Amino acid sequence: MIDIKGIIKAFGLRPVLRGVDLHIGEGEFLTLFGPNGAGKTTLLRIVASLTKPTGGHVAVGGYVLPQQATEIRAQIGVVSHQPLLYGDLTARENLQFYAQMYGMSDESRIDERLKAVGLGKRGLDLVRTFSRGMLQRLSIARATLHDPPVLLLDEPYTGLDQDAAAILDSVLREVAIQGRTVMMTTHNIPRGIQLADRIAILTNGKIAYCEPADGLTALDFANTYAAVTGMVTTR
Amino acid sequence: MSLLRATFAIVGKDLRIELRSRETVSSMLLFALLAILIFGFALELDRTGRQDSAAGVLWVTVVFAGLLGLGRSLGREREQGNLDGLLLAPVDRSALYFGKMIGNFIFIAVITFVLVIPLSILFDVSFFISPLLGLVMLMGVLGYSAVGTLIASMATYTRGREVLLPVLLLPIALSILIPSVRATRDLLAGRAFADVSSFINLLGIMTVIYITLSYLLFDFVVEE
Repeated sequence: MIDIKGIIKAFGLRPVLRGVDLHIGEGEFLTLFGPNGAGKTTLLRIVASLTKPTGGHVAVGGYVLPQQATEIRAQIGVVSHQPLLYGDLTARENLQFYAQMYGMSDESRIDERLKAVGLGKRGLDLVRTFSRGMLQRLSIARATLHDPPVLLLDEPYTGLDQDAAAILDSVLREVAIQGRTVMMTTHNIPRGIQLADRIAILTNGKIAYCEPADGLTALDFANTYAAVTGMVTTR
Repeated sequence: MSLLRATFAIVGKDLRIELRSRETVSSMLLFALLAILIFGFALELDRTGRQDSAAGVLWVTVVFAGLLGLGRSLGREREQGNLDGLLLAPVDRSALYFGKMIGNFIFIAVITFVLVIPLSILFDVSFFISPLLGLVMLMGVLGYSAVGTLIASMATYTRGREVLLPVLLLPIALSILIPSVRATRDLLAGRAFADVSSFINLLGIMTVIYITLSYLLFDFVVEE
Protein backbone atom coordinates (compact mmCIF):
# COMPACT_ATOMS: atom_id res chain seq x y z
CA MET A 1 0.00 0.00 0.00
CA ILE A 2 2.84 2.40 0.93
CA ASP A 3 6.12 1.82 -0.85
CA ILE A 4 9.11 3.97 0.12
CA LYS A 5 12.43 3.35 -1.63
CA GLY A 6 15.73 5.16 -1.10
CA ILE A 7 14.18 8.39 0.17
CA ILE A 8 16.72 11.15 0.68
CA LYS A 9 15.86 14.55 2.06
CA ALA A 10 18.24 17.39 2.85
CA PHE A 11 17.39 20.84 4.17
CA GLY A 12 20.13 22.97 2.69
CA LEU A 13 23.36 21.10 3.33
CA ARG A 14 21.92 19.17 6.30
CA PRO A 15 20.75 15.65 5.35
CA VAL A 16 17.73 14.47 7.36
CA LEU A 17 16.81 11.27 5.54
CA ARG A 18 19.71 9.28 4.05
CA GLY A 19 18.00 6.53 2.05
CA VAL A 20 14.86 5.29 3.79
CA ASP A 21 13.34 2.01 2.56
CA LEU A 22 10.00 0.92 3.99
CA HIS A 23 7.03 -1.08 2.76
CA ILE A 24 3.68 -1.06 4.55
CA GLY A 25 1.16 -3.63 3.36
CA GLU A 26 -2.58 -3.11 2.92
CA GLY A 27 -4.40 -3.01 6.29
CA GLU A 28 -1.13 -2.96 8.23
CA PHE A 29 -0.50 -0.66 11.24
CA LEU A 30 3.12 0.46 11.43
CA THR A 31 4.44 2.53 14.31
CA LEU A 32 7.58 4.52 13.64
CA PHE A 33 9.76 5.44 16.60
CA GLY A 34 12.86 7.58 16.63
CA PRO A 35 14.63 10.34 18.53
CA ASN A 36 13.68 13.99 18.02
CA GLY A 37 15.07 15.26 14.72
CA ALA A 38 15.40 11.74 13.26
CA GLY A 39 13.17 12.75 10.34
CA LYS A 40 9.90 10.98 11.28
CA THR A 41 7.71 14.01 10.53
CA THR A 42 9.66 14.75 7.34
CA LEU A 43 9.09 11.17 6.14
CA LEU A 44 5.36 11.41 6.87
CA ARG A 45 5.15 14.77 5.08
CA ILE A 46 6.90 13.28 2.04
CA VAL A 47 4.39 10.38 1.91
CA ALA A 48 1.56 12.94 2.29
CA SER A 49 2.95 14.91 -0.71
CA LEU A 50 3.47 17.98 1.49
CA THR A 51 7.27 17.93 1.20
CA LYS A 52 9.29 17.13 -1.89
CA PRO A 53 12.07 14.56 -1.35
CA THR A 54 15.59 15.29 -2.59
CA GLY A 55 15.68 11.79 -4.07
CA GLY A 56 13.99 8.41 -3.97
CA HIS A 57 10.63 6.89 -4.81
CA VAL A 58 7.26 6.95 -3.01
CA ALA A 59 4.11 5.15 -4.11
CA VAL A 60 0.79 4.99 -2.25
CA GLY A 61 -1.94 2.59 -3.41
CA GLY A 62 -0.14 2.18 -6.73
CA TYR A 63 0.05 5.92 -7.39
CA VAL A 64 3.49 7.49 -7.69
CA LEU A 65 4.75 10.82 -6.32
CA PRO A 66 5.02 13.53 -7.55
CA GLN A 67 3.24 12.74 -10.84
CA GLN A 68 0.05 11.43 -9.18
CA ALA A 69 0.06 13.62 -6.06
CA THR A 70 -3.63 14.55 -6.41
CA GLU A 71 -4.66 10.86 -6.59
CA ILE A 72 -2.47 10.09 -3.56
CA ARG A 73 -4.01 12.94 -1.56
CA ALA A 74 -7.45 11.41 -2.17
CA GLN A 75 -6.16 8.12 -0.69
CA ILE A 76 -4.77 9.50 2.57
CA GLY A 77 -5.97 11.11 5.77
CA VAL A 78 -3.46 12.99 7.92
CA VAL A 79 -3.49 13.69 11.65
CA SER A 80 -0.56 15.92 12.63
CA HIS A 81 0.64 17.97 15.62
CA GLN A 82 -1.72 20.70 14.43
CA PRO A 83 -5.42 19.79 14.30
CA LEU A 84 -5.87 21.53 10.88
CA LEU A 85 -9.16 22.96 12.13
CA TYR A 86 -10.58 26.49 12.25
CA GLY A 87 -11.34 27.84 15.73
CA ASP A 88 -13.95 30.32 14.46
CA LEU A 89 -16.01 27.56 12.81
CA THR A 90 -18.10 24.94 14.58
CA ALA A 91 -17.05 21.29 14.51
CA ARG A 92 -19.74 20.59 11.92
CA GLU A 93 -18.78 23.59 9.76
CA ASN A 94 -15.14 22.43 9.80
CA LEU A 95 -16.14 18.98 8.55
CA GLN A 96 -18.54 20.52 6.00
CA PHE A 97 -15.66 22.61 4.65
CA TYR A 98 -13.35 19.61 4.32
CA ALA A 99 -16.18 17.56 2.76
CA GLN A 100 -16.47 20.23 0.06
CA MET A 101 -12.70 20.25 -0.44
CA TYR A 102 -12.80 16.46 -0.95
CA GLY A 103 -15.73 16.71 -3.36
CA MET A 104 -18.14 14.88 -1.04
CA SER A 105 -21.84 15.53 -1.52
CA ASP A 106 -23.24 13.22 1.17
CA GLU A 107 -23.38 15.19 4.44
CA SER A 108 -24.70 12.25 6.48
CA ARG A 109 -21.08 11.09 6.84
CA ILE A 110 -20.33 14.28 8.83
CA ASP A 111 -22.76 13.33 11.62
CA GLU A 112 -21.56 9.73 11.48
CA ARG A 113 -17.90 10.77 11.97
CA LEU A 114 -18.78 13.21 14.75
CA LYS A 115 -20.61 10.41 16.59
CA ALA A 116 -17.76 7.96 15.95
CA VAL A 117 -15.27 10.20 17.78
CA GLY A 118 -17.72 10.98 20.60
CA LEU A 119 -18.48 14.54 19.52
CA GLY A 120 -22.03 13.98 18.27
CA LYS A 121 -23.45 16.49 20.75
CA ARG A 122 -20.73 19.11 20.21
CA GLY A 123 -21.19 19.56 16.47
CA LEU A 124 -22.61 23.07 16.78
CA ASP A 125 -19.94 24.33 19.20
CA LEU A 126 -17.09 26.56 18.03
CA VAL A 127 -13.86 24.59 17.79
CA ARG A 128 -11.94 27.23 19.79
CA THR A 129 -13.92 26.11 22.87
CA PHE A 130 -12.61 22.51 22.55
CA SER A 131 -9.97 20.89 24.78
CA ARG A 132 -6.79 19.44 23.26
CA GLY A 133 -8.26 15.92 23.48
CA MET A 134 -11.47 16.95 21.73
CA LEU A 135 -9.45 18.74 19.03
CA GLN A 136 -7.46 15.59 18.41
CA ARG A 137 -10.60 13.48 18.14
CA LEU A 138 -12.19 15.99 15.76
CA SER A 139 -8.93 15.92 13.82
CA ILE A 140 -9.35 12.15 13.38
CA ALA A 141 -12.95 12.70 12.24
CA ARG A 142 -11.59 15.21 9.68
CA ALA A 143 -8.86 12.84 8.50
CA THR A 144 -11.27 9.88 8.05
CA LEU A 145 -14.16 11.93 6.64
CA HIS A 146 -13.49 10.92 3.01
CA ASP A 147 -12.95 7.28 4.09
CA PRO A 148 -9.29 7.10 3.05
CA PRO A 149 -7.64 3.68 2.88
CA VAL A 150 -4.40 5.15 4.30
CA LEU A 151 -4.01 7.10 7.54
CA LEU A 152 -0.84 8.99 8.50
CA LEU A 153 -0.62 9.92 12.18
CA ASP A 154 2.14 12.23 13.37
CA GLU A 155 2.53 12.01 17.16
CA PRO A 156 -1.22 12.04 17.82
CA TYR A 157 -0.73 11.65 21.60
CA THR A 158 1.24 14.89 22.00
CA GLY A 159 -0.28 17.10 24.70
CA LEU A 160 -3.03 14.67 25.71
CA ASP A 161 -3.76 13.72 29.33
CA GLN A 162 -4.29 10.03 30.28
CA ASP A 163 -8.09 10.11 29.78
CA ALA A 164 -7.87 11.85 26.42
CA ALA A 165 -5.11 9.43 25.33
CA ALA A 166 -7.28 6.44 26.33
CA ILE A 167 -10.19 7.81 24.26
CA LEU A 168 -7.83 8.36 21.34
CA ASP A 169 -6.63 4.74 21.74
CA SER A 170 -10.14 3.39 21.27
CA VAL A 171 -10.77 5.69 18.28
CA LEU A 172 -7.49 4.56 16.63
CA ARG A 173 -8.23 0.90 17.38
CA GLU A 174 -11.56 1.27 15.59
CA VAL A 175 -9.83 2.97 12.67
CA ALA A 176 -7.36 0.05 12.44
CA ILE A 177 -10.15 -2.57 12.66
CA GLN A 178 -11.77 -0.97 9.61
CA GLY A 179 -8.81 -2.28 7.58
CA ARG A 180 -7.02 0.97 6.98
CA THR A 181 -3.29 1.08 6.40
CA VAL A 182 -1.84 3.19 9.20
CA MET A 183 1.58 4.77 9.59
CA MET A 184 2.01 6.43 12.99
CA THR A 185 4.97 8.22 14.55
CA THR A 186 5.11 8.49 18.33
CA HIS A 187 7.41 8.62 21.34
CA ASN A 188 4.86 6.73 23.44
CA ILE A 189 6.24 3.17 23.48
CA PRO A 190 3.40 1.30 25.28
CA ARG A 191 0.70 2.84 23.09
CA GLY A 192 2.74 2.55 19.91
CA ILE A 193 3.34 -1.17 20.48
CA GLN A 194 -0.22 -1.91 21.60
CA LEU A 195 -1.74 -0.64 18.34
CA ALA A 196 0.90 -1.76 15.84
CA ASP A 197 1.35 -4.83 13.67
CA ARG A 198 4.93 -3.81 12.98
CA ILE A 199 7.42 -1.48 14.64
CA ALA A 200 10.22 0.50 13.02
CA ILE A 201 12.93 2.77 14.36
CA LEU A 202 14.22 5.67 12.31
CA THR A 203 17.57 6.99 13.43
CA ASN A 204 20.39 8.86 11.70
CA GLY A 205 18.14 9.22 8.66
CA LYS A 206 17.70 5.46 8.09
CA ILE A 207 15.41 2.64 9.20
CA ALA A 208 17.61 0.85 11.75
CA TYR A 209 14.99 -1.65 13.03
CA CYS A 210 11.77 -3.03 11.54
CA GLU A 211 10.11 -6.07 13.18
CA PRO A 212 6.61 -7.42 13.91
CA ALA A 213 5.07 -6.19 17.17
CA ASP A 214 3.66 -9.61 18.12
CA GLY A 215 4.70 -10.64 21.60
CA LEU A 216 6.90 -7.59 22.07
CA THR A 217 6.68 -5.95 25.51
CA ALA A 218 7.26 -2.26 26.16
CA LEU A 219 10.28 -3.10 28.35
CA ASP A 220 11.89 -5.32 25.69
CA PHE A 221 11.35 -2.69 23.07
CA ALA A 222 12.69 0.10 25.31
CA ASN A 223 15.93 -1.88 25.61
CA THR A 224 16.06 -2.45 21.84
CA TYR A 225 15.35 1.24 21.26
CA ALA A 226 18.17 2.24 23.60
CA ALA A 227 20.57 -0.17 21.86
CA VAL A 228 19.61 0.97 18.34
CA THR A 229 19.53 4.71 18.95
CA GLY A 230 21.99 4.97 21.83
CA MET A 231 19.35 6.85 23.78
CA VAL A 232 17.50 5.79 26.91
CA THR A 233 13.72 6.19 26.71
CA THR A 234 11.82 7.52 29.71
CA ARG A 235 8.45 6.09 28.67
CA MET B 1 -16.01 21.12 -11.33
CA SER B 2 -13.99 20.13 -8.24
CA LEU B 3 -11.76 23.19 -8.79
CA LEU B 4 -14.78 25.52 -8.71
CA ARG B 5 -16.31 23.72 -5.74
CA ALA B 6 -13.05 23.88 -3.75
CA THR B 7 -12.52 27.54 -4.73
CA PHE B 8 -15.93 28.57 -3.46
CA ALA B 9 -15.56 26.39 -0.36
CA ILE B 10 -12.44 28.41 0.55
CA VAL B 11 -14.19 31.73 -0.22
CA GLY B 12 -17.22 30.71 1.88
CA LYS B 13 -15.02 29.56 4.76
CA ASP B 14 -12.99 32.80 4.76
CA LEU B 15 -16.14 34.97 4.62
CA ARG B 16 -17.76 33.00 7.45
CA ILE B 17 -14.64 33.30 9.64
CA GLU B 18 -14.40 37.02 8.87
CA LEU B 19 -18.07 37.60 9.71
CA ARG B 20 -17.45 35.92 13.10
CA SER B 21 -14.05 37.36 13.99
CA ARG B 22 -14.19 40.70 12.08
CA GLU B 23 -10.39 40.77 12.34
CA THR B 24 -9.32 41.60 8.81
CA VAL B 25 -11.92 44.02 7.43
CA SER B 26 -12.20 46.03 10.66
CA SER B 27 -8.43 46.60 10.88
CA MET B 28 -8.23 47.45 7.18
CA LEU B 29 -11.18 49.82 7.45
CA LEU B 30 -9.85 51.58 10.54
CA PHE B 31 -6.46 52.04 8.91
CA ALA B 32 -8.02 53.31 5.67
CA LEU B 33 -10.32 55.82 7.42
CA LEU B 34 -7.43 57.19 9.48
CA ALA B 35 -5.26 57.48 6.36
CA ILE B 36 -8.00 59.39 4.50
CA LEU B 37 -8.42 61.73 7.47
CA ILE B 38 -4.67 62.37 7.64
CA PHE B 39 -4.50 63.01 3.89
CA GLY B 40 -7.53 65.29 4.17
CA PHE B 41 -5.98 67.49 6.84
CA ALA B 42 -2.31 67.23 5.83
CA LEU B 43 -2.78 68.26 2.20
CA GLU B 44 -3.78 71.87 2.48
CA LEU B 45 -5.12 72.23 -1.06
CA ASP B 46 -7.71 74.45 -2.68
CA ARG B 47 -10.91 72.95 -4.13
CA THR B 48 -9.35 72.10 -7.51
CA GLY B 49 -6.25 70.62 -5.91
CA ARG B 50 -8.37 68.43 -3.64
CA GLN B 51 -10.45 67.19 -6.56
CA ASP B 52 -7.30 66.41 -8.57
CA SER B 53 -5.67 64.48 -5.74
CA ALA B 54 -8.78 62.47 -4.67
CA ALA B 55 -8.06 59.56 -7.05
CA GLY B 56 -4.44 59.29 -5.88
CA VAL B 57 -5.44 59.43 -2.21
CA LEU B 58 -8.08 56.73 -2.77
CA TRP B 59 -5.72 54.28 -4.49
CA VAL B 60 -2.74 54.87 -2.18
CA THR B 61 -5.02 54.22 0.80
CA VAL B 62 -6.52 51.10 -0.82
CA VAL B 63 -3.06 49.73 -1.62
CA PHE B 64 -1.75 50.19 1.94
CA ALA B 65 -4.96 48.99 3.62
CA GLY B 66 -4.97 46.03 1.22
CA LEU B 67 -1.49 45.04 2.43
CA LEU B 68 -2.97 44.33 5.87
CA GLY B 69 -5.56 41.94 4.44
CA LEU B 70 -3.21 40.28 1.95
CA GLY B 71 -0.63 39.59 4.67
CA ARG B 72 -3.24 37.90 6.82
CA SER B 73 -5.00 35.82 4.18
CA LEU B 74 -2.51 32.96 3.77
CA GLY B 75 -0.31 34.00 6.71
CA ARG B 76 -3.08 33.20 9.17
CA GLU B 77 -3.58 29.76 7.61
CA ARG B 78 0.14 29.05 8.02
CA GLU B 79 0.37 30.46 11.57
CA GLN B 80 -2.53 28.27 12.71
CA GLY B 81 -1.09 25.29 10.85
CA ASN B 82 -4.15 25.02 8.59
CA LEU B 83 -2.27 25.50 5.34
CA ASP B 84 -1.37 21.78 5.33
CA GLY B 85 -5.08 20.92 5.56
CA LEU B 86 -5.74 22.93 2.39
CA LEU B 87 -2.70 21.52 0.57
CA LEU B 88 -3.78 17.95 1.42
CA ALA B 89 -7.08 18.30 -0.44
CA PRO B 90 -7.14 16.28 -3.70
CA VAL B 91 -7.76 19.30 -5.92
CA ASP B 92 -5.59 21.44 -8.14
CA ARG B 93 -3.70 23.85 -5.88
CA SER B 94 -4.84 26.76 -8.02
CA ALA B 95 -8.18 26.36 -6.16
CA LEU B 96 -6.36 27.67 -3.10
CA TYR B 97 -5.03 30.64 -5.09
CA PHE B 98 -8.41 31.51 -6.62
CA GLY B 99 -10.23 31.01 -3.30
CA LYS B 100 -7.82 33.32 -1.47
CA MET B 101 -7.77 35.81 -4.36
CA ILE B 102 -11.57 36.10 -4.49
CA GLY B 103 -11.69 36.49 -0.69
CA ASN B 104 -9.07 39.27 -0.82
CA PHE B 105 -10.93 40.90 -3.72
CA ILE B 106 -14.17 40.99 -1.70
CA PHE B 107 -12.48 42.45 1.42
CA ILE B 108 -10.54 45.12 -0.51
CA ALA B 109 -13.57 45.99 -2.68
CA VAL B 110 -15.70 46.53 0.45
CA ILE B 111 -13.04 48.88 1.87
CA THR B 112 -12.73 50.74 -1.45
CA PHE B 113 -16.46 51.40 -1.77
CA VAL B 114 -16.82 52.42 1.90
CA LEU B 115 -13.91 54.88 1.49
CA VAL B 116 -15.72 56.67 -1.32
CA ILE B 117 -18.09 58.31 1.20
CA PRO B 118 -15.53 60.08 3.48
CA LEU B 119 -13.39 60.83 0.41
CA SER B 120 -16.36 62.56 -1.30
CA ILE B 121 -16.88 64.73 1.79
CA LEU B 122 -13.24 65.59 2.53
CA PHE B 123 -12.10 66.07 -1.07
CA ASP B 124 -15.28 67.59 -2.47
CA VAL B 125 -15.75 65.11 -5.34
CA SER B 126 -18.61 62.88 -6.39
CA PHE B 127 -17.81 59.23 -7.10
CA PHE B 128 -21.39 58.60 -8.21
CA ILE B 129 -21.16 60.28 -11.60
CA SER B 130 -20.55 57.24 -13.82
CA PRO B 131 -21.01 53.46 -13.57
CA LEU B 132 -17.73 53.24 -15.50
CA LEU B 133 -15.95 54.65 -12.45
CA GLY B 134 -17.30 51.74 -10.38
CA LEU B 135 -16.05 49.33 -13.03
CA VAL B 136 -12.56 50.90 -13.02
CA MET B 137 -12.44 50.61 -9.22
CA LEU B 138 -13.48 46.94 -9.37
CA MET B 139 -10.89 46.20 -12.09
CA GLY B 140 -8.14 47.93 -10.11
CA VAL B 141 -9.03 46.00 -6.96
CA LEU B 142 -9.15 42.72 -8.93
CA GLY B 143 -5.71 43.31 -10.46
CA TYR B 144 -4.24 44.29 -7.09
CA SER B 145 -5.82 41.24 -5.38
CA ALA B 146 -4.52 38.95 -8.16
CA VAL B 147 -0.88 40.00 -7.88
CA GLY B 148 -1.13 40.65 -4.12
CA THR B 149 -2.37 37.13 -3.33
CA LEU B 150 0.55 35.57 -5.22
CA ILE B 151 3.20 37.79 -3.61
CA ALA B 152 1.61 37.39 -0.14
CA SER B 153 1.74 33.59 -0.62
CA MET B 154 5.46 33.82 -1.44
CA ALA B 155 6.10 36.07 1.56
CA THR B 156 4.20 33.65 3.84
CA TYR B 157 7.10 31.19 3.60
CA THR B 158 9.70 33.76 4.68
CA ARG B 159 10.67 34.86 8.19
CA GLY B 160 10.23 38.61 7.78
CA ARG B 161 7.02 38.44 5.78
CA GLU B 162 5.59 41.70 7.21
CA VAL B 163 8.59 43.57 5.79
CA LEU B 164 9.03 41.52 2.64
CA LEU B 165 5.41 41.75 1.46
CA PRO B 166 5.35 45.54 0.82
CA VAL B 167 8.94 45.51 -0.49
CA LEU B 168 8.05 42.87 -3.09
CA LEU B 169 4.48 43.88 -3.84
CA LEU B 170 4.53 47.67 -4.12
CA PRO B 171 6.90 47.93 -7.13
CA ILE B 172 4.86 45.28 -9.01
CA ALA B 173 1.54 46.82 -7.95
CA LEU B 174 2.58 50.10 -9.62
CA SER B 175 1.57 48.57 -12.96
CA ILE B 176 -1.99 48.29 -11.59
CA LEU B 177 -1.90 51.47 -9.52
CA ILE B 178 -0.86 53.88 -12.30
CA PRO B 179 -3.67 53.06 -14.81
CA SER B 180 -6.18 52.86 -11.92
CA VAL B 181 -5.27 56.34 -10.63
CA ARG B 182 -5.18 57.87 -14.11
CA ALA B 183 -8.51 56.36 -15.19
CA THR B 184 -10.19 57.29 -11.89
CA ARG B 185 -8.85 60.86 -12.00
CA ASP B 186 -9.96 61.42 -15.61
CA LEU B 187 -13.42 59.97 -15.00
CA LEU B 188 -13.82 62.14 -11.87
CA ALA B 189 -12.89 65.14 -14.02
CA GLY B 190 -15.78 64.25 -16.34
CA ARG B 191 -13.72 63.05 -19.31
CA ALA B 192 -15.34 60.77 -21.91
CA PHE B 193 -14.73 57.01 -22.17
CA ALA B 194 -12.62 57.49 -25.32
CA ASP B 195 -10.16 59.62 -23.30
CA VAL B 196 -9.67 57.01 -20.59
CA SER B 197 -10.03 53.81 -22.62
CA SER B 198 -6.24 53.37 -22.97
CA PHE B 199 -5.83 53.26 -19.18
CA ILE B 200 -8.81 50.90 -18.79
CA ASN B 201 -7.38 48.60 -21.48
CA LEU B 202 -3.97 48.62 -19.79
CA LEU B 203 -5.62 47.83 -16.45
CA GLY B 204 -7.53 44.94 -18.02
CA ILE B 205 -4.43 43.54 -19.74
CA MET B 206 -2.30 43.73 -16.58
CA THR B 207 -5.04 42.02 -14.55
CA VAL B 208 -5.32 39.16 -17.05
CA ILE B 209 -1.50 38.79 -17.14
CA TYR B 210 -1.26 38.65 -13.33
CA ILE B 211 -4.11 36.15 -12.95
CA THR B 212 -2.57 33.89 -15.65
CA LEU B 213 0.94 34.12 -14.16
CA SER B 214 -0.37 33.43 -10.66
CA TYR B 215 -2.32 30.39 -11.90
CA LEU B 216 0.85 29.02 -13.51
CA LEU B 217 3.21 29.81 -10.62
CA PHE B 218 1.13 29.13 -7.50
CA ASP B 219 1.90 25.41 -7.35
CA PHE B 220 5.64 26.18 -7.13
CA VAL B 221 5.06 28.90 -4.52
CA VAL B 222 3.31 26.60 -2.03
CA GLU B 223 5.63 23.64 -2.63
CA GLU B 224 7.92 22.96 0.33
